Amino acid sequence: MRIPVSALIGLVLTGGFLFVAIFAKWLAPYPIDLAVGGVWEGPSAQYWLGTDTIGRDILSRLIYGAQVTIFVALASSVLAFSLGAFLGFFAAVQGGWIDQTLSRGVDLMMAIPSLIVALVLLSVLPLNLTVLILVIGVLDSTRVFRLSRAVAADIAVMDYVEAAKLRGERGNWVIFREILPNAMSPLVAEFGLRFIFAVLFISTLSFLGLGVQPPLADWGGMVKENKDGLIYGKSAALLPSAAIAALAISVNLVADWILTRTSSLKGGRGG
Amino acid sequence: MHPIVKLLVQRIALGLLLLLAVSAVIFLGVEALPGDTAQAILGQQATPEALANLREKLGLNEPALTRYFTWLGGVLTGDLGTALTNGADIATSIGQRLGNTLFLAGCAAAISVPLAILLGLVAARYAGRWPDKLISGITLTTISLPEFVAAYFVIYFLTQLIPIFQPVAMVFPGMGFWAKLHAVALPVIVLVLVVLAHMMRMTRAAILNVMQSAYVETAELKGLSPMTIIWRHAFPNAVAPVVSVVMLNLAYLVVGVVVVEVVFGYNALGQYLVDHVTKRDLPVVQAVGLIFAAVYIFLNMLADIIGILANPRLRHPK
Repeated sequence: MRIPVSALIGLVLTGGFLFVAIFAKWLAPYPIDLAVGGVWEGPSAQYWLGTDTIGRDILSRLIYGAQVTIFVALASSVLAFSLGAFLGFFAAVQGGWIDQTLSRGVDLMMAIPSLIVALVLLSVLPLNLTVLILVIGVLDSTRVFRLSRAVAADIAVMDYVEAAKLRGERGNWVIFREILPNAMSPLVAEFGLRFIFAVLFISTLSFLGLGVQPPLADWGGMVKENKDGLIYGKSAALLPSAAIAALAISVNLVADWILTRTSSLKGGRGG
Repeated sequence: MHPIVKLLVQRIALGLLLLLAVSAVIFLGVEALPGDTAQAILGQQATPEALANLREKLGLNEPALTRYFTWLGGVLTGDLGTALTNGADIATSIGQRLGNTLFLAGCAAAISVPLAILLGLVAARYAGRWPDKLISGITLTTISLPEFVAAYFVIYFLTQLIPIFQPVAMVFPGMGFWAKLHAVALPVIVLVLVVLAHMMRMTRAAILNVMQSAYVETAELKGLSPMTIIWRHAFPNAVAPVVSVVMLNLAYLVVGVVVVEVVFGYNALGQYLVDHVTKRDLPVVQAVGLIFAAVYIFLNMLADIIGILANPRLRHPK
């Protein structure tokens, strides 16, 4: 199997980010919330990427920030996936009023921009990681629902599904043993895209001050803390910005590759 | 009734129904959340008296449905209630800011729409060759960036290179048109960058789709130049999908504007919304959220309507 260069770069970078996120505790040279140097110091041998708005080591915060950002994004995309895919398959298999109710509900949720819904919800909900994961996951599950319902509707009319139903298998069997294995490949590529969406979403919320709260740090929050320095030519806010962009682009490259690979294997069902 | 009129009436009725449902979600959805709204607004340390006071003020003692219809009636007559934090009339506060938001979004649309169509045409003309690859590569990168990241890169590099740009976009009533335009230059550049990518990619796809049809091949065999083929034969047939792409992306602009306004401290609706989410001022958040949702639904509806009007097959149904 030949992997194109772009996908290879994406895989290596994504793997690197995951490694940093998992082993943050051992990799970070300084604690997350300790002012160790002066305000907005430039890069030095002691502080490789300089210090931030109150003198904390930026490299350490970036490393811990990777952990928080990736954890929240991963948890909410897993939630979005389990919820969206299960309901999508369920709607496609059951059809009738169940399908109608679920589909119209999803239409309704998608008629309002996700950011606006999130802002309305976060104006009354407490701001903690669980709430953020739930909000992002549920909002994002609508897109997974649409995709998996469409994919499953194609599969649900296949002979083997019909055979399983005639055998008298129950709904769960049909969903997990007949439809899921055949719908896997388009869903895997979609997972990458949903993960990117979650990364951008949590970063945007944190940037607006409505996401991850101190003492925890995530990349969006770091941009917010250091943004005032930009006017004086201090580039501290650009580092977490670049990290967000790099993560999004590398996952995108991998997802792109999976998408083209599966669609050529499956005769075009990958879209 | 002419079938196209029927289609249009149906689409508009659907839009209105959707708007009604969205207003119910924005108002009643918050009610359905676990926990006490008053407690959430005041925090855990609130005294029982303060909680009771706030419940009274919000009318929380009445059933949710009654309050929803009171609120909806108010919205329809232009009365959005008063803000919890400072008691100001919400409709008045929104008025000026809505104008500012529309000015910013309008400037961004006026630049990005022609530019996106032009770039889409160029990319389709040189499909698979370097101008296409260059444009596609750049737009793929900007798609992966959240608005605020794009904004800070633009601020950092443009304010250093060209000192006429200001990192803060201040506008106030009585400012001249050109002064306003100067103030919003940077936020407009950021918004154009963010929207351009989506718009241009979808324009390119729509034109390439048309390019595969038989009449384009005939035109090629006649010996017409590629730009003439695109301009005279492909583009008129791609107008419907392109217009609907443009509308969908303008709807996306509505959301992008929220973040960009916060970045530049631009005194408009998005900034107002985020401020009051932080202050947990529910009536303001609901009112502004409804306005954003309404604009979004309206633009989506407009995209569908233009699609219906521009599609000859829909004009003559079997």
